[in-house]
Amino acid sequence: MEGELAHIGAGLAAIGSGAAAIGVGNVAGNFLSGALRNPSAAGDQTATLFIGIAFAEALGIFSFLVALLLMFAV
Amino acid sequence: MATETHDATGHGAEAAAGHGTEAVGMPQLDFSTFPNQIFWLLVTLVVIYFVLSRVALPRIGAVLAERQGTITNDIAAAEDLKQKAVEAEEAYNQALADARAEAQKIIAETKAEIQGELDEASAKADAEIAAQTAESEAKISEIRDGAMASVSEVAKDTAAEIVSALGQSADAKAITAAVTARLKG
Amino acid sequence: MDQFIPKPLFGGDVINWYTPTTVTLWMALAVLCVILLLVLGTRGRAIVPTRVQSIAELAYGFVYKMVEDVAGKDAVKFFPYIMTLFMFILFANFLGLLPMSFATTSHIAVTAVLAALVFVTVTVVGFVKNGAGFLGLFWVSSAPLPLRPILAIIELISYFVRPVSHSIRLAGNVMAGHAVIKVFAGFAGALGLFSFIPIFAITAVYALEVLVAFIQAYVFTILTCVYLKDALHPSH
Repeated sequence: MEGELAHIGAGLAAIGSGAAAIGVGNVAGNFLSGALRNPSAAGDQTATLFIGIAFAEALGIFSFLVALLLMFAV
Repeated sequence: MATETHDATGHGAEAAAGHGTEAVGMPQLDFSTFPNQIFWLLVTLVVIYFVLSRVALPRIGAVLAERQGTITNDIAAAEDLKQKAVEAEEAYNQALADARAEAQKIIAETKAEIQGELDEASAKADAEIAAQTAESEAKISEIRDGAMASVSEVAKDTAAEIVSALGQSADAKAITAAVTARLKG
Repeated sequence: MDQFIPKPLFGGDVINWYTPTTVTLWMALAVLCVILLLVLGTRGRAIVPTRVQSIAELAYGFVYKMVEDVAGKDAVKFFPYIMTLFMFILFANFLGLLPMSFATTSHIAVTAVLAALVFVTVTVVGFVKNGAGFLGLFWVSSAPLPLRPILAIIELISYFVRPVSHSIRLAGNVMAGHAVIKVFAGFAGALGLFSFIPIFAITAVYALEVLVAFIQAYVFTILTCVYLKDALHPSH
């Protein structure tokens, strides 16, 4: 029983991956709209873009990690 | 699988104990393998660090610097050659202008010389023409004078002949006076 | 998850700290690739580079420019260190994508050591360079005075969370990619005739993983540069 609950928890934790996907899409989309307004400044900001994406994605990875822990380690 | 067989007291073994025989904990959380991984990771990092900092990076940096230097030198050489080409063109243009000016000068001098000779020749010709004209005029006036004298002579003679032919003797003085008066008009 | 279990190379079950394991093998291969690319590839020292040499120069210029732009000119002396991190993570990620291989960077132990090295380096450099002034990193002088202690606590927590997120991001990304491929492979076995669908999906995910392998190495490196900038110029 405990194992099944852990699996349900893992599924719930995986929702976080979707939320992180929204976050990453937000970052990339806003970067794109900004870059199209001012393409000359876009080149310098790609590093910032990747940092932003990395931060957004890291949180999704955390939820994925929680899911994995529930699946295999608890 | 390996986590269950050796005698580690890691997380994996605990998880396996909690779940039954088949379930395996995450291998990432099996602390019994951590010292091994960390040791080899440190070895790897140290090896890469020394290879990079002693051999690879100075070499690549040198190659890049050398290339940059070569490019800079080549650009400078090209700039030099371009400068030389510009100078050569300027010298060529200068020479051309000089030659043209020389030619103009020679042409002007020659023209002036020819003009001088021409003037001299035409002045001489004019003088000759004037002399001949004067001579001719003198001759013409002489001839005219002679002709005028002959006319009065002929008129007197003709008048005397006509008078005598009419049967009258004429006084020579009277005839002369009459003809002269007629000639004067 | 069997693919993530380190095994002794020469038989036996006991893994001591010195036992040559699959970890050793794949890290050695990463070292070999780095040497092939950066040392043997550039042995010609040609003015007009060969293909391998231009890749090596590209990697050099890429990381050098990153260090210079993000961390500042005075961070250039850390360039070999950062280049080491970048090349190791890049090749470990790529080698981990080979079938039947062992992904060393999918292990928290490995990435945690990498992140802890960065954390220790940044902290030590920060205090050596700036002394107590390094603590100004946590004291946001542009904020209103009553808010500053609260912000200082938040900044302090985020400073200590850095190595955690730094390491888990890399390990999690690599592990997630392998796990997803594993899950799709399981579908392929179950679907029978229609297994071409998961196989196609595996191909797509694999392509994504190649991209992720590079991006995660890039992100790890650039975050190292960002942290280094904080250490060298702690004022906000």
